[in-house]
Amino acid sequence: MRVELTVNGESRSDDVEARLLLVHYLREVCGLRAANIGCDTTSCGACTVLVNGESVKSCTVLVAQANGAEITTAEGLAADGELHPVQRAFRAEHGLQCGFCTPGMVMATVSLLAENPNPTEQEVREGLEGNICRCTGYHNIVRAVLAAAANGSEAGVSA
Amino acid sequence: MIPARFDYVAAESVEHAIALLAEHGDDAKVLAGGHSLLPMMKLRLAAPEVLIDITRAGLSGISVDGDELVIGATTRHADIVSSAVIKADAPLLAHSASLVGDPQIRHRGTIGGSLAHADPAADLPMALVALGGSMELRGPDGTRVVLADDFFAGYFETALDEGELLTAVRVPRRPDEPWGYQKFVRRANDWAIVGVAAVAGRVALGNMGSTPLRATATEQALASGADPAQAAQYAAEGTSPAADIHADAEYRQHLARVLTERALSGQRS
Amino acid sequence: MSILGTRVLRTEDPRFLTTGGVYTEDLTDDRLTGACHVFFVRSPLAHARITGIDTSAALEAPGVLAVYTGKDLDDAGVAKIPPPFPGLYNEHMIRDLLCTDVVRFVGDAVAAVVTEEIYQGEDAIELVSVDYDPLPAVIDFDEALASKTILFEEAGTNVVAEFGNAESLTADLFDGCDVVVSHTFTNQRVAPAPMEGRAAAAVWGDDGRLTTWIPNQGAQGTKGSVAKMLAIEPEMVRVITPDVGGAFGAKFGADPEHIVVAWVAKQLGRPARWSETRYENLIAMTHGRAQRHKITIGGSKDGNVEAYRLEVIQDSGAYPRLGAVLPMLTILMAIGPYDIPKAEAIAVSVATTTTPTGAYRGAGRPEATAALERAFDLFAAEIEMDPAQVRRRNLLPPFTQTHTTKFGAKYDSGDYAAALDKALDAAGYDKLRDEQARRRANHDIVQLGIGVACYVEITGGGDGEDEGPSENATVEVHPDGTATILTGTSPHGQGHSTAWAMIASEELGIPVENFTLKWGDTDLIPEGGGTGGSRSLQQGGAAVQQASRELIDVARERAATALEASAADLKFNVERSAFEVAGDPDAAVRLTELAESERLFVRSVFTAPDATFPFGTHVAVAEVDTATGKATLRSVVTVDDAGIVLNPLLAEGQRHGGIAQGAAQALVEEVVYDADGNPLTASFADYPIVTATELPSFDLATMETPTSYNPLGAKGIGEAGTIGATPATQSAIVDAVAHLGVRHVEMPTSPMRIWRAIQAAKDKAEKTKDNLQGESFAGASKAAGSESA
Repeated sequence: MRVELTVNGESRSDDVEARLLLVHYLREVCGLRAANIGCDTTSCGACTVLVNGESVKSCTVLVAQANGAEITTAEGLAADGELHPVQRAFRAEHGLQCGFCTPGMVMATVSLLAENPNPTEQEVREGLEGNICRCTGYHNIVRAVLAAAANGSEAGVSA
Repeated sequence: MIPARFDYVAAESVEHAIALLAEHGDDAKVLAGGHSLLPMMKLRLAAPEVLIDITRAGLSGISVDGDELVIGATTRHADIVSSAVIKADAPLLAHSASLVGDPQIRHRGTIGGSLAHADPAADLPMALVALGGSMELRGPDGTRVVLADDFFAGYFETALDEGELLTAVRVPRRPDEPWGYQKFVRRANDWAIVGVAAVAGRVALGNMGSTPLRATATEQALASGADPAQAAQYAAEGTSPAADIHADAEYRQHLARVLTERALSGQRS
Repeated sequence: MSILGTRVLRTEDPRFLTTGGVYTEDLTDDRLTGACHVFFVRSPLAHARITGIDTSAALEAPGVLAVYTGKDLDDAGVAKIPPPFPGLYNEHMIRDLLCTDVVRFVGDAVAAVVTEEIYQGEDAIELVSVDYDPLPAVIDFDEALASKTILFEEAGTNVVAEFGNAESLTADLFDGCDVVVSHTFTNQRVAPAPMEGRAAAAVWGDDGRLTTWIPNQGAQGTKGSVAKMLAIEPEMVRVITPDVGGAFGAKFGADPEHIVVAWVAKQLGRPARWSETRYENLIAMTHGRAQRHKITIGGSKDGNVEAYRLEVIQDSGAYPRLGAVLPMLTILMAIGPYDIPKAEAIAVSVATTTTPTGAYRGAGRPEATAALERAFDLFAAEIEMDPAQVRRRNLLPPFTQTHTTKFGAKYDSGDYAAALDKALDAAGYDKLRDEQARRRANHDIVQLGIGVACYVEITGGGDGEDEGPSENATVEVHPDGTATILTGTSPHGQGHSTAWAMIASEELGIPVENFTLKWGDTDLIPEGGGTGGSRSLQQGGAAVQQASRELIDVARERAATALEASAADLKFNVERSAFEVAGDPDAAVRLTELAESERLFVRSVFTAPDATFPFGTHVAVAEVDTATGKATLRSVVTVDDAGIVLNPLLAEGQRHGGIAQGAAQALVEEVVYDADGNPLTASFADYPIVTATELPSFDLATMETPTSYNPLGAKGIGEAGTIGATPATQSAIVDAVAHLGVRHVEMPTSPMRIWRAIQAAKDKAEKTKDNLQGESFAGASKAAGSESA
């Protein structure tokens, strides 16, 4: 079947199997491999991207369901080689170690801050309950999200 | 991790969806947010040959109809959480929806999908039973309304007949009614080990049986004037909860009593 | 201004944050064009004989290129895998790459299906039909030891290895102790569960050499394993390490799947790739811990611990790997930071029909600390003394000269009491006890518990050979002002690109951003010890420093020529990264200029005298809802003294991650099997990796007691957090309900376990009350009777 959608601002039209998951569409068809697959049960969030500005787990969305939608991935956040404020904050606070959960964590953060620009620490922790990290213990990830929130309104705007 | 092959068709209207259901029968499953169905298909626990996507069939939206709220079946959990009218008139529902899964799941999952999936450990089935809500089912022979009390038939089993579609959920408006909710979990995005939802003298238990259960002995005690602590003593009466790695039957029954008292005191978790 | 000790942001990050790391599944290398995809058919039974495999239906499925079974590998002469550590392990516990006759755990690979495209694989593996004749599962420690059902017929036993035995124990060890407490508990099996599972990509060149990409913790070791298992010369193997999404000890060496992928590539004459699902990862990647402990601790009523005994049973899983030898480290560290006059420890490793066990963050040492700290708490409870006080009484006094324990561990430097005091102070221990007392007096439903754990651990251990443990580094300066470092370490999140650049930058005056770090390609770096056992900074970092200093020496000679001065008259100005003639700063030549006519690089090997011993104290605070049993971790305050800290940002990150994993083991994590050996926690829905919601932020106190074993003064920090956090967290939870009579709760301290412990203590208290009343009643009536007679 044919799907038409916008990925990081670029219009695309592709022939796909009905069962093609959005995450595989992004990785294998679009060549955007920042989103990773970390589990089988929609638990870990490593595959998180934005669909129409909202965070979703792309492993549990058929690309067919995203027909007509605007997808944003981590690759599409940074404008002109500059880091997006959330990406900058993750670096400043050492909010990543092995990096596998990071693109998903960043996209979940962008969506979180778009909906709640000034979260408390508790709201950050709950807001990221869909994203698992095994390396950082979340301590610096939470600091990164709070720092991004403190640094201003552009933090929650999707690209 | 990859579903078995299937054909995908997007229904353009409710009538179209019902026609497609009639055409494909057992071979088809309805797809809304896909966050109950797709995880099962990815584990190959379900392998329908046809998926009928109903998210473009005009079944989303929240409206007021007299003393009821009417919520379209494909209304997402996130939209229920942020709905001003639901927060005002059925805050228990908004709270329940806010606990489903995690933010990403709430951006996709729908009330209809969750109810039709009928997992007794899930939030919305127990919430609807507590609220005394009802489900609008539409099929080739017309529309019928089934009370939430009668909608859940067993593990992942509902009153939906073959060819019927859950199109809307109705919830009584109770703007000033005190309510309580308890979801006992080990980890934030787990299903409840035991859950309790209480409002207007109705108490519903989650994961205490194959469907959400009414704690009728507790309700009767309340009606006779018992206070939460006294009434909660009876919360587990008549239940035979399952045992799993989180809890055995005895512990579940104990939790039901403790959590019912808390829910009846207006506590929310 | 020295850069050492400063919070330098990671140079790695921009790439990871934007385009993402390039993990094995992401590779688009030209050499992998046209790769086929490998999928494994795995046993659904814990123990069974294979009576038949029908691959015909699978062979017909779309896109299937081949289906291989153990028999195919046998016919092709592929060797079986003997157990490691010959001479120590039972030699008969041999593993097939793909099972031929017997499957020994749920997940044991039985066949490999190869397809053109990824989506075809899962369709095809469903079509492979395997017939099994079930055999009894063995999952219980005692059952395994009893060897009624034996996993390997030729072995005649399930015992993999023994470390001492019951005969070596001293019967009178506890004579003279006022108080002796004994307890048996389990350090439960956990899953390392890195976010990236296992994977492999392989291609054979026309020259007959294998190039394989495998996420690993040490390419050189992996290469050796691959060559051995393929029975080819090591020179015929090149291992390349892509970005690795976490490892935690479970990605050392090579797994059977890696070898099958390489073999498939050879058979089909095209590249082959594999990446496992999370289900496969949770049942077929090695598991961690899985020890049962019997502790006996004895001492005086005023808190002196006089004797300690630890008896360990290690579950090695179905095919013995590293897990079965870890008890050696547990025994080595058995008495931790304490001065205990008499102590002994023995261990036995047994095979069970479960996933093989291997290293997991701490690898043998967390188990020692957890057992010891539990023992101390039980002892403290028995003598009714504050647990922190009991510890202080028994800690070794501070030392800077080597202290050798009766188990042969040579602690390099330590000030354990200072760590304890610092942690207690940072935690506000006295105030916490006050709050606890208040809640107890109030009979609050939510009670507070404080857990204190003191630890010392061994890092950078060598392989026991004559020379000390070592690591190599090559540092090269380029004419364009950049520099390259080749390291034998293998970072997978630890930030070596930044850390090693800092070290070299300090010596060479080249900015950190101008460095490129390379690792993990065995053609480029033939030798290396990888990253594990918290060895990297103290050996790998020291090697970088040494190579940089030697490079300055080499450069000095060139500068002397260039400046027509004598080398002795030259001073290296780090700020300018240039050699200057003493007294004439205008007569200078930059380091990078000296690389123009001839390459400027030095390879150096740093050899440490021995392993080092970081130490610390963790104080955990937990709340327990006594009505439901639910425990919540409120705070964790730690001192983790690993000597001089190179980059506090990175060190803190390691501590945070370690604390989180350690606390999670105490709180929720456990690999669970049912009685038939079926894994019940084989997904992230069931195996509870904690989310941000379950953890608090952590309070890290700073303490740096240097080691003299390397010029950086550094010990290893990577595993320390895990080692302290598990016992501190468990202890806090038990402490929260100790006033109700609870002395122990098994890990993970699930709500049901805590609730049951409270009920059991209540029941015991009631029985005791009844007995006492009964006794006094009988006594009174006897007295009355005798009086009236």
